[in-house]
Amino acid sequence: MKELWDIYKKGLILENPIFVLALSLCPALAVTSSAINALTMGLTVLFVITANNTVVSLIRNLVNPKVRVPVYIVSIATIVTVAQLVLQAYFPLLYKALGIYLALVVVFAIILARAEVFASKNNVVRSFFDGFGMGSGFAIAMVIIGACREIIGSGTFFGLKIMPASYNAPLLLILPAGGFILIGYLIGGWRMLAQYIEKSKA
Amino acid sequence: MAEYLTLFISAVIVNNFVLTRFLGLCIFFGVSKNLSASLGMGMAVTAVITLSSTLAWLVYNLVLVPLHLTFLTTVVFVVLIASFVQLLEMVTKKFTPALYNMWGIYLLLIATNCVVLGVPLINVESNFSLAKSVVHTIGAGVGFAVAITLMASLREKLILADVPKPLEGLGVAFILAGMLALSFLGFSGMIAI
Repeated sequence: MKELWDIYKKGLILENPIFVLALSLCPALAVTSSAINALTMGLTVLFVITANNTVVSLIRNLVNPKVRVPVYIVSIATIVTVAQLVLQAYFPLLYKALGIYLALVVVFAIILARAEVFASKNNVVRSFFDGFGMGSGFAIAMVIIGACREIIGSGTFFGLKIMPASYNAPLLLILPAGGFILIGYLIGGWRMLAQYIEKSKA
Repeated sequence: MAEYLTLFISAVIVNNFVLTRFLGLCIFFGVSKNLSASLGMGMAVTAVITLSSTLAWLVYNLVLVPLHLTFLTTVVFVVLIASFVQLLEMVTKKFTPALYNMWGIYLLLIATNCVVLGVPLINVESNFSLAKSVVHTIGAGVGFAVAITLMASLREKLILADVPKPLEGLGVAFILAGMLALSFLGFSGMIAI
């Protein structure tokens, strides 16, 4: 159990896909102007990465190493298509808001990287927890970015007004430029947090 | 003609793919430490997306739409583009080794990348004609090259700056990209489509 928890938790802070590994940055900027979009994208990626890690781990002994990358890509693309169709059927508004970035989940470097680095060498249970941990880290980072941008930039949180009526929201945070700058500072803050955790362990 | 020019300028500057649509950020932050590598990457991306998105347009409109298979777009495009880039790599290696030595390493990096898959998807979603989609794609490539070259020249200056420790590297690069995006924001409204 301890071992599985260790696999799970490393994706959360110390190897956070967005803030530390800096993989899959496109969605971190593109769909985080509101918290709900960020959460949807985060959960989609959590689903895709967990499912893909499981599939890759199941077939890891059947695939010739020479063709492994194309096989992984097809597996990812199939799972993403499933996620796309489900979102389109049950949450058409969110599907529209995420737009093209939903299809782009296929090429998120983090998903292929976990398949190649972890799932192709480990058993199903470990791969599942690795994918789940990395996906959770991704979703948490997305929601943090989305919440910051929504609260500061439009004074709402998940659509609820939380700032006083006199609050004059700086539009910058909703604009692309503000997203870049905010993530820059969040990366810095995350690094301080990771250093603090490592120091308190030692 | 004016219509195509507008589309081109809009793709290069107003709706710059990196700074307003966030496509290709992994390469944008990964390669932009070095100016000459950035120039090479910009050109390689332009060439690859022009060819691959034309191919994707043809497959989408001549195969997927008539057969009602558009729900397979994502799978088909990603396989198509990844194998096409591999093919391009083999062909340049065999016939133009000089070109391969210069740009070969970039080809591998862009086989599965946001901008390379994103542009063809935007083309078919906007229902562009073939000519329009070619113009739009070249514009996207040039816009990518402009952004990454600007960023690389800025980051080379940044080496000398005294940056707070936690922000070193990626953090400050993001803030810099934000400033760059802010200046590109000045172009918005210049062209309305």
